Amino acid sequence: MLGKLSFSAIPLDVPILVGTFLGVAVIGLAVLGAVTYYGKWGYLWRDWLTTVDHKRLAVMYIILAIVMLFRGFADAIMMRTQLALAYKGNPGYLPPHHYDQVFSAHGTIMIFFMAMAFMTGLMNLVVPLQIGARDVAFPFLNSLSFYMTLVGALLINISLFIGEFAQCGWLVYPPLSEMQFSPGVGVDYYIWAVQISGVGTLLTGVNFFTTIVKMRAPGMGWMQMPVFTWTAFCTTVLIMVSFPVLTVTLALLSLDRYLGMHFFTNDAGGNVMLYLSMIWTWGHPEVYILVIPAFGVFSEVTATFSQKPLFGYKTMVYATCSIMVLSFVVWVHHFFTMGAGANVNTFFGIMTMIIAVPTGVKIFNWLFTMYKGRVEFTAPMHWTLGFMITFSIGGMTGVMMAMPAADWILHNSLFLIAHFHNVIIGGVYFGYIAGMGFWFPKAFGFKLNEAWGKRAFWCWFVGFYLAFIPLYVLGLEGMTRRMNHYDNPDWYPWMLVAEVGAIVIALGIVCQLTQLYVSIRDRNLPENLDLTGDPWNGRTLEWSISSPPPAYNFAVIPDIHGLDTFHTEKQLGLKAHGKPLAPIHMPKNTSAGVFIGLFSFILGFASIWYIWWLAAIGLIGIVATMILRSANRDVDYYVPVSEIEHNEEVYSRRIAAAQAAE
Amino acid sequence: MAHEATMSPLAHADDHHGEHHESPNVFGFWLYLMTDCVLFGSIFAAFAVLRNQYAGGPSGKELFDLTNVGIETAILLFSSITYGFASLNALAKNKTMVLLWLAVTFVLGASFVGLELNEFSSMIAEGNGPDRSAFLSAFFTLVGTHGLHVTCGLIWMVVLMVQMMGPQDLSERMMNKLACLSLFWHFLDIVWICVFSFVYLAGVM
Repeated sequence: MLGKLSFSAIPLDVPILVGTFLGVAVIGLAVLGAVTYYGKWGYLWRDWLTTVDHKRLAVMYIILAIVMLFRGFADAIMMRTQLALAYKGNPGYLPPHHYDQVFSAHGTIMIFFMAMAFMTGLMNLVVPLQIGARDVAFPFLNSLSFYMTLVGALLINISLFIGEFAQCGWLVYPPLSEMQFSPGVGVDYYIWAVQISGVGTLLTGVNFFTTIVKMRAPGMGWMQMPVFTWTAFCTTVLIMVSFPVLTVTLALLSLDRYLGMHFFTNDAGGNVMLYLSMIWTWGHPEVYILVIPAFGVFSEVTATFSQKPLFGYKTMVYATCSIMVLSFVVWVHHFFTMGAGANVNTFFGIMTMIIAVPTGVKIFNWLFTMYKGRVEFTAPMHWTLGFMITFSIGGMTGVMMAMPAADWILHNSLFLIAHFHNVIIGGVYFGYIAGMGFWFPKAFGFKLNEAWGKRAFWCWFVGFYLAFIPLYVLGLEGMTRRMNHYDNPDWYPWMLVAEVGAIVIALGIVCQLTQLYVSIRDRNLPENLDLTGDPWNGRTLEWSISSPPPAYNFAVIPDIHGLDTFHTEKQLGLKAHGKPLAPIHMPKNTSAGVFIGLFSFILGFASIWYIWWLAAIGLIGIVATMILRSANRDVDYYVPVSEIEHNEEVYSRRIAAAQAAE
Repeated sequence: MAHEATMSPLAHADDHHGEHHESPNVFGFWLYLMTDCVLFGSIFAAFAVLRNQYAGGPSGKELFDLTNVGIETAILLFSSITYGFASLNALAKNKTMVLLWLAVTFVLGASFVGLELNEFSSMIAEGNGPDRSAFLSAFFTLVGTHGLHVTCGLIWMVVLMVQMMGPQDLSERMMNKLACLSLFWHFLDIVWICVFSFVYLAGVM
């Protein structure tokens, strides 16, 4: 009846998990209680959970990303603490099977549910606004994508309290992840969480590609598109080409596990190397899926706060597109040691080094944008400068490992761990936080606190170097990754430094929370309010409308005459539009996404535990909801002109108030 | 499922110039099909790697019955033609004929799936199931994924036929849905041609 599920699946004997569960339960009940107490369920359901508005979905994505950051970081600091303790006679406090789950969960959560969710959130918030669109091409699919991501995140976190998580790393390499060696439900949790959220990501890719191709404001040709939109565009291409490969790879692994097939098994002709090749065909483009939008953020931030147009816009676009293409011909560098042969390794080594060229072009473009600009050292600019230094170092260690001969020594060592955290924290994370600070006023109508933002930056920046430079050294000293215990006295002091670094990063996260708290508390102070909708003297279309924008974004779709049209018109003192208002056609909110998400959760959870009748209910529920949705003809409405006029009037009064205050 | 309410007014304005203007739904569906193409491509790649890994079990030459596969192929290709007739009748706004041709397409598609299931079950009954060898795992997965797609297409076809009899009639939205299913159906034909050539023919030759 309940498949593999029984009470023994609940790890009551692990005090860390029981404590975590109590913490999560208390916070969860407090949130639910508060919503009930203030009578906000209706508001939450109507205005947020069932919304198809890209701006609100963006906010929900980023909240999810921040929550997942806590979870992922908790895993990280647990690992660092274990390794600061587990030297010589001391076994540390995490037994190997628990430690292995922690590092697997850390990677999976940070990539799929922190970084991907954050990236999708930023894209959701910014892309339609930058191209002058009223929403994305498929608003319902957008809501569905969010729920798929959420369900994945839920499944992976439930594995903490019911059952276990995978113990074979964040990409669950077979044969370790096969039934023979991992008979538990951990790998199944991994498979279903990533598979479900992967479907959501794929839909996001299709959705935003269509949006950018089909819905740009009149006059916005390809070379008039803001750089962030260009990077989002390249990311959607990468998503569409690479995520199906991930889906297939994990599906084949599931077939091995569930139906006893032999794709990646040791026996009956299975081929483990096939898995590596396939997973990295997705995996390498994946890191560019994450970092390319971050490059877009840095471009917007640098140009805006240097008060200059971006240097080399066209080279930036070409560089982004070259990276997009090159990211598909480098995947073998993740397993040079597999023995593909000298010629194959040489090809992929050279291709990997070539990627450094367009990336270098970008770095120089940002530097030249700042050159002779009046740089305002805001918090987003701090993150950007921190990125340029950190990412350059990470890029150089990447080129080192691109040499197959060097990689044979560095492979699987902590040097590799240091390298990819160097580019992922220094590139991706710094970029997303810069973007969050930059566009926060657009989403909420008030700015984030600068002082706490800078404190957070310095903690992260210093903490990063303290935590990861020791890992480079340790890697060169021969320490391999995923170790639970060691005896080498040379390693011990470096591990202690890395632990200090992790604590400094923790302080950075505390500063970020404080920043949010202080900013929300002081949101009505005149210096924090964004009355004009253009707090930074911005260059692109999202700054031409009120903050937060109305549901339909643009009362009148703007005409575009060139790059940064909004900024040019502002300089010339031109009024943006004089076109007559017309009723605006908008999509209605829908609960279909919530229900498909719910049924996907049921399908995933039931399949993990082999409860097949329940899985059937989940699958039938998904199909039935989709059919009902496709039969629903009441999916849109018109915003009347009177309402648009009213909103516009409020907005102009706010601008007048802001001008009077100056 | 998709929505065109938020498309820029320019897209609608262009319609008046009498040019062919593709619906964003159909464009989006093309993109989805391309991702599906990558999905099949990956499974084909896995099959290519594992196609000689018999693990002492039977090879394609011993297993495949080209007559049966030939009939399957003919049925599926023919169902593409009948779907084409349904599309032509939809353009002519002849709903009865659309339903008729869709019904014919459905029967052909269902026969294809039936024949495939029959092939699978007889192979499994002889002990040559997907767990026998890596080659058979890849074979069952590749052919089965295609069959699963056809099954989804059949369910979709029934849904559209029922909706067409209701208030949606042959509205613009329904025409877009028919266009998407049409793309899907023809796409599955192309995939099947690859399956037929690279799996069955190459396996027997």
